[in-house]
Amino acid sequence: MARRLALWVPLGLFAFFAGLAAYMLTQDKDQFVESAMIGQPLPDFALQPAFAGLPGLARADLVGGKPRLLNIWASWCLPCIAEAPQLEALKARGVEIVGIAIRDRPEDVAAFLARHGNPYSRIGADPISEVQLAIGSSGVPETFVIDAKGVIRYQHIGDIRPEHVPLLLKELEKAK
Amino acid sequence: MIAEIGLAALWLAAALAALQLVAGAAALRGGEGAASPLALYARPAAVVQALLASLAFAMLLYAFAVTDLSIKLVATNSHSMKPFIYKLTGTWGNHEGSMLLWVTVLAVSGGLLAAFERRLPERTLGATLAVQGFVALGFYAFLLLSSNPFERLPVPAAEGSGLNPLLQDIGLAFHPPTLYAGYVGLSVAFSLAMGALLTRAVGPAFARVMRPWVLGAWVLLTLGITAGSYWAYYELGWGGWWFWDPVENASLMPWLAATALLHSVSVLAARDALRTWTIMLGVLAFSMSMLGTFLVRSGVLTSVHAFAVDPERGAFILGLLALYIGGAFAIFALRAGAVAEGKRFAALSREGALVFNNVMLSAILGIVLLGTLYPLLTEAFDVRVSVGPPYFNPASAIFAVPMLLVMAVGPLLRWRADRPERIQFEVMLVAALIIGVIAAVSFFGSFPFLPLLGLGLAAGLGVAAFLPLRGRRLARVPVATWGMVLAHFGVAVALFGMASEGAFTKERLAAVAPGGSVEVGDFAVTLERVVPVAGPNWTAIEARLAVRQGDGAPVILTPQARNFWSPPQSTSESALLTRWNGQLYAVIGNQAADGRWQLRLWWKPFVTFIWYGGMLIALGGVLAIAGRVRVDLKRRMARRQGAARRADLEALAGAPVPAE
Amino acid sequence: MIRALLVLLAALIALPALAQDTMPPAPYAYTQLEDPALEARAAALMHTLRCLKCQSQSIADSDAPMAGDMRHQVRSRILAGESPEEIRAWLIARYGDYVSYEPRVSTTTWPLFVIPALVILIAAGVLLRRLGRRRGGAGGEEA
Repeated sequence: MARRLALWVPLGLFAFFAGLAAYMLTQDKDQFVESAMIGQPLPDFALQPAFAGLPGLARADLVGGKPRLLNIWASWCLPCIAEAPQLEALKARGVEIVGIAIRDRPEDVAAFLARHGNPYSRIGADPISEVQLAIGSSGVPETFVIDAKGVIRYQHIGDIRPEHVPLLLKELEKAK
Repeated sequence: MIAEIGLAALWLAAALAALQLVAGAAALRGGEGAASPLALYARPAAVVQALLASLAFAMLLYAFAVTDLSIKLVATNSHSMKPFIYKLTGTWGNHEGSMLLWVTVLAVSGGLLAAFERRLPERTLGATLAVQGFVALGFYAFLLLSSNPFERLPVPAAEGSGLNPLLQDIGLAFHPPTLYAGYVGLSVAFSLAMGALLTRAVGPAFARVMRPWVLGAWVLLTLGITAGSYWAYYELGWGGWWFWDPVENASLMPWLAATALLHSVSVLAARDALRTWTIMLGVLAFSMSMLGTFLVRSGVLTSVHAFAVDPERGAFILGLLALYIGGAFAIFALRAGAVAEGKRFAALSREGALVFNNVMLSAILGIVLLGTLYPLLTEAFDVRVSVGPPYFNPASAIFAVPMLLVMAVGPLLRWRADRPERIQFEVMLVAALIIGVIAAVSFFGSFPFLPLLGLGLAAGLGVAAFLPLRGRRLARVPVATWGMVLAHFGVAVALFGMASEGAFTKERLAAVAPGGSVEVGDFAVTLERVVPVAGPNWTAIEARLAVRQGDGAPVILTPQARNFWSPPQSTSESALLTRWNGQLYAVIGNQAADGRWQLRLWWKPFVTFIWYGGMLIALGGVLAIAGRVRVDLKRRMARRQGAARRADLEALAGAPVPAE
Repeated sequence: MIRALLVLLAALIALPALAQDTMPPAPYAYTQLEDPALEARAAALMHTLRCLKCQSQSIADSDAPMAGDMRHQVRSRILAGESPEEIRAWLIARYGDYVSYEPRVSTTTWPLFVIPALVILIAAGVLLRRLGRRRGGAGGEEA
C-alpha cells in the first residue's frame, strides 16, 4: 500500500510545481527591490552640496517641521527628466523636496536644473552611493517620504508619473 | 521561396508526427502477431519526418547564411555585416531557431530509432514511436502556432538588427546544439521508458536498447555543460565558471538525472534489477530537460544567461510540460505498481553501490531543484530571496561526498554479493590518500573547507578510478570498462580543477599607467600600450600586456573592451594565457582620470582541469557506447552464424547422404 | 495585454541602463585592500552578495556602477574592522534577504533547510529498505 501511494508522489510534486509556475506566469515580474528601511529612522549622514547653488544635505535637515520628500536622482538618468514636471507640481502644492544626486558632477547638476527646473531646497552629493545604500535605495529615481521625526515612511520606486502625485500627497498627509 | 519550402516541410512533418502517433498506437492495440495494417506506417512516418524536419532546418540555415531580410527572424536577429560563422550560428541564437533545432534533433533521433532498432518487440516499439510522435507533435504545434521561424515581413527590412554580442562567439556554434541534442536524446529514453511501461516489457532487453540512447544523450549533455561553463568563464569577464544561476542549474539537473539513469539502466541490463526505478528516472530525466527549457524561455526566474525570454511562450511550454510529464507521471503511478520487482541483491554488492549512487544523485537533484525553484515560490507571496553558492555548495556536498566515496570502491565490488575483506586493501589505500592529501595541503596554509576536501577526494578518486584494472590483462579489458575507468577518472580531474581554483586562485586588481607593471602569482604583467582596434561590427580598445614568468620570454596578451553598434552593447573580451598548470586571465577596464588603466588579473591554478575532466567524462561515455555497440554487433553476428549453421545442419539432415 | 505591459516595463527598465554616469568609481570599487587576509574576507563576502541592478550576478562579478559602490562599502567596512557577517546583516537590514545569496533560517526560508534534512531521512530510509533488509546490514560499503 505504501509503495502504491509512493508512486503518486512524483505526480503530486509535479502538479504543485505546474500550478505555481502557471500562477507566476500570470504575475507581472517584479523588477524592483524594495527598501527594508520603511518605518526605520534615517541613518546619520552629512553630504556636501551637489553644486554651488544650493546647500548640502544632512540628516538634521530632515528632522523637525513637516514631512518632506527625499528624491534620489542623477543628471545622467533619463527617467529623472520625465519626472521633473511632477516634482515641480508637488513643490507648487507646498511640499518641501530635498535631493540626493548620485554619482554626479556639480556642472552636470547645475545644467540639469537649469534645463528641467529646480524643485529642491537642498541637494546633497553622493558620489559613491553611500547614503543611497544606507537607506536601501537600489536605483534612480526613487522618492522617499520622510516624516518630521526623520523616519522613512514610504518609498516610491521609478519616475513619478502624473497619477502618482496624489498618491505621494496622501502619503505625506499620513506621515504628519 | 526558401521560407515557404521550410514552412511546408514543417507542416508535413507535423502531419507525419500525427500519423506516427496513430500508427504506433495501432501497433500497441493490435497486439503481438496480429499486426494492424496501420501499424506498418509507424517506422516510415518517423524516418520521413526526420528528413522533412532536417530540410526545414536546412532552409532556415540557408536563410541566415544569405541574410534574407524578408524573413522576420533573420531581420530581428542577424545583420549583413556580421562574420559569416556567426550568421550561421545565429540560426539557433534566438528562440524560434533554437526550437526548430530542438524539433529537428527530436525528429532525427526518432527517425534513427525507427530505422535501426530491431531488437524490441513490435508492440513496444510501436508504443515508443507513438510517444515520440506525440511529443514531437506538441513541439511542431508550438513552432507553427506561436513561434513560426519562417514568418515573412510585409516589407523586407533594410538591415537586420543584429545578434546579442555576448552570443557572437564560437561558443554559440557548439554549446547550444550539443546541449539540445542531449536534452532531446533524453526524449528517446523517455519514449522507450513509456513504451516499455505501457507494454509491460521492462527488462534487460529493453534496458540494452535504451542504454546507448541514455549514454549518447549523457555524453552530449556533459560536453554541452562543459562547453557552456568555459564559454561563460571567458565571455563574462570575471573569471567565474559556475555560479548556480537558474539557467546553469537548468542544464545541470537533466545531467544529474541522466547520470543516475545511466547507472540504473546498466544494473537493469546486467542484472534485471531496479526496474521501476529505471522507468522513473527515464521520465525524470526528460522532465528536467523540459523544465530547463521552460525556465530558460519563460523568464520566470532571473538569470544572467537568459535570452529570448517571453512569458506567452513560457505558458505554451508549461502546457506541453503538463501534458507530457504530468501524463507520464500519471501513467507511472497507475502502471508501475504492476511492474514486478527485479532480482534481489545484497547491500555489499555492485548493485548496492549503484543504488547508493542513484539515491545520492537523486538527492543532489532534489537540492538543486529546491534551491532553483524556491525563489519562485516565495515570489508568489511577494517575498524575494536569493539562493546562491553559499547554499548550493554545502547542501549538495552533503550528498556528493558520500557518493564520491562509494564511487571510489563501487566498481571493485562483485555483482549480487561481496565480502568486505576482499576490497580491504583498496579501501585502506583510498582512505590513506584522501587523508594524506588533506593533511599535506593544510600543512602549507589554511584553505576553505570544501576546496580542501575536494583536493583530498580528487587524489583518492584519481587513483581509485584505475583500481578496477588491477591484476587484469589490459589488452583483454572490455572497451566499455575502459570507458567507465576514464569517466570516473574524469570526475577526479574535474574535481581537482574545481578545488584548486577555489583554494589557490590569486586575484589582482590594479590601475596601471602604460609602461607600468603588476604582479600576480609568479607572473609579472607589463602594460605596454593601449590601442584602438576595429572589427567587422565592433570597435574596441585593446591593451597589449607583456606577461613574463620568472626569467622567461614575454608573451603578449591582448584583452579588449569592445563596443558593438548593432545592437549597441559593450563586452569585455578577456585574454587567457594557458599553461599546463593553470590559466592567467586578463581583462581591461576603464581609464581613470589620471590616465591609468584598470586591469583585472587572475592566476587560476589548474582551472583548465575542470574542462579537461568534463571532456574525459564525455570520452569515457563515448568508449562505453563503442564497447556496447561492438559487443552487440558481435552478438548479432554470432546469432546469425548460429542460425545459418543450424539451417545448414537441418538441410544436411534432410538431404540424402551423397555417395562417396 | 500582458505582453504590451511587459514591453512597457522592459522599456522602462532599459532606460536607466542606457544612461551611464561618467564619474570615476568609488575608491575601493576596483582597488584591493592592502592586507591580503582582509581582502580575502572581503572577496569571499562580495561573492555572496547580489548585485541589485544586474540579472543574477554577485557584486564581485559585475561592472555595474552600483556593484562598484557596494564593493567599496564592503571593503571600507572590512578595513574599519567590521566582520563580514555584520556587513551582510547591515545590507539585509536595508534590502531584505534578496541581497544575500546565503539564505538565513527565517519564517520565509525554513523549507530550504527542512527539506534537505527530510531528503537525508528519505535517502537513508530508501537505502535501508533496499539494502538493509537482506543480510549483511546497511551501509557496509560506506568506506
